[in-house]
Amino acid sequence: MNLTLKIWRQKGPQDKGKMVEYKVTDISEHMSFLEMMDVLNEQLTNKGGEPVAFDHDCREGICGMCSMYINGEAHGPDRGVTTCQLHMRMFKDGDTITIEPFRAKAFPVIKDLVVDRSSFDRIQQAGGFISVNTSGNTQDANAIPIDKHAADEAMDAATCIGCGACVASCKNSSAMLFVGAKVSQYALLPQGQIEATDRVKNMVAQMDLEGFGNCTNTGACEVECPKGISLENIARMNREFFSASIKG
Amino acid sequence: MSGFLNSSIGRKYTMALSAFFLMIFILQHFAINILSVLSPDTFNETSHFMGTNPLVQYGLQPVLLFGVVYHFVMGFVLEIKNKNARAIKYAKNNGAANSTWMSRNMIWSGGFILVFLIIHFLDFWFPEINTKYIQGDMSGLLADGEGYRYYEELVHKFEPIWRVALYCIGFVFLSLHLLHGFSSAFQSVGANNKYVKGLKGFGKAYAVLIPLGFIFIALFHHFNH
Repeated sequence: MNLTLKIWRQKGPQDKGKMVEYKVTDISEHMSFLEMMDVLNEQLTNKGGEPVAFDHDCREGICGMCSMYINGEAHGPDRGVTTCQLHMRMFKDGDTITIEPFRAKAFPVIKDLVVDRSSFDRIQQAGGFISVNTSGNTQDANAIPIDKHAADEAMDAATCIGCGACVASCKNSSAMLFVGAKVSQYALLPQGQIEATDRVKNMVAQMDLEGFGNCTNTGACEVECPKGISLENIARMNREFFSASIKG
Repeated sequence: MSGFLNSSIGRKYTMALSAFFLMIFILQHFAINILSVLSPDTFNETSHFMGTNPLVQYGLQPVLLFGVVYHFVMGFVLEIKNKNARAIKYAKNNGAANSTWMSRNMIWSGGFILVFLIIHFLDFWFPEINTKYIQGDMSGLLADGEGYRYYEELVHKFEPIWRVALYCIGFVFLSLHLLHGFSSAFQSVGANNKYVKGLKGFGKAYAVLIPLGFIFIALFHHFNH
């Protein structure tokens, strides 16, 4: 396939940035999107140009590092995949592909397509954990009986890889699907009950502090999430936050 | 609770609560208006009761006005805050791939409803307030004293076709707003799990049937007189 790429180039956080057009040739439909980007970068490097900076790590849909807003959608037009799992067979020969960084005030651009998602880390640090004494006397987790449905729902919520596609897809740049998933994975389990009140209040407070927008329930986050995190997690977080606020 | 009310989730809750109140109000408004088609006498008596009952006039009416103002003001405030959460727009954004037009354009459907509401207030509410509380006529009677005035006034308002058309357009925007707003309000207060799946279907029926009913009433009075 021969493709035209329109890519956001930005030298650094203070640079204004602009869309730049490139041509790539002989792209196999079996390549992943990131491999196509590797081909482009090789072309650019061979010509003495600056390669396009983009986030990537595991390249198997687990780490949540890859991002990119491809043709108007986070992680591109496929469903249930990260950008590294997106294949070039989703595109046609002669296509023009627009590639932008995840856009949100809370995700400032570092360079080209690389954004700073450490706001998610700070939300996690505010309450996305349980306090367990790991001095050698840790109780076997299976010693606590847990309802199968609750365990399944907690596991589903815990599959969130924190990639930020929810924020990027949301017209309001809301992080509520991410925070909802992180709150839910603990709220559904007995181990998470001890710190439940502080957890949801602190995580929501940090989320608001980071400058994410307000959720208006469009559901775009759920559709674009590579892990299929459900909107039910946002509803659960809302319930948790309300009851935590009543408790004081 | 001040922390709750100033939080992003707290604002969602209060938006949803005002929406619930407004949706219940719309339902009772429709129930009374449809009486004008079924039985003009009952419509007159019900309208007089609603227009003169102290609990409705001095209790529910101020709450309703607060609910309307709060819903619009907070809606616009949140829209501005949300726009600020993304400083640079996408060069290419395919919103239709992951969300409905209604959900992405609540501010526009809400804005048109506001315009419609202002016209509606000028047509009905302000003249009513003028008659009752400025002129001091609480009788609800026609000028000649022969029966109540409410049905006559309603029918008279829907004589010009331009007003009927305006009302129909207003109700189309109300329908578009409710098609997302109904289920969205329940989601905001945390009511989205396996026990409330039926709410979405009910919400869609409400969002289509109630505005359609209002359109029917406007058309009925226009063509029947």
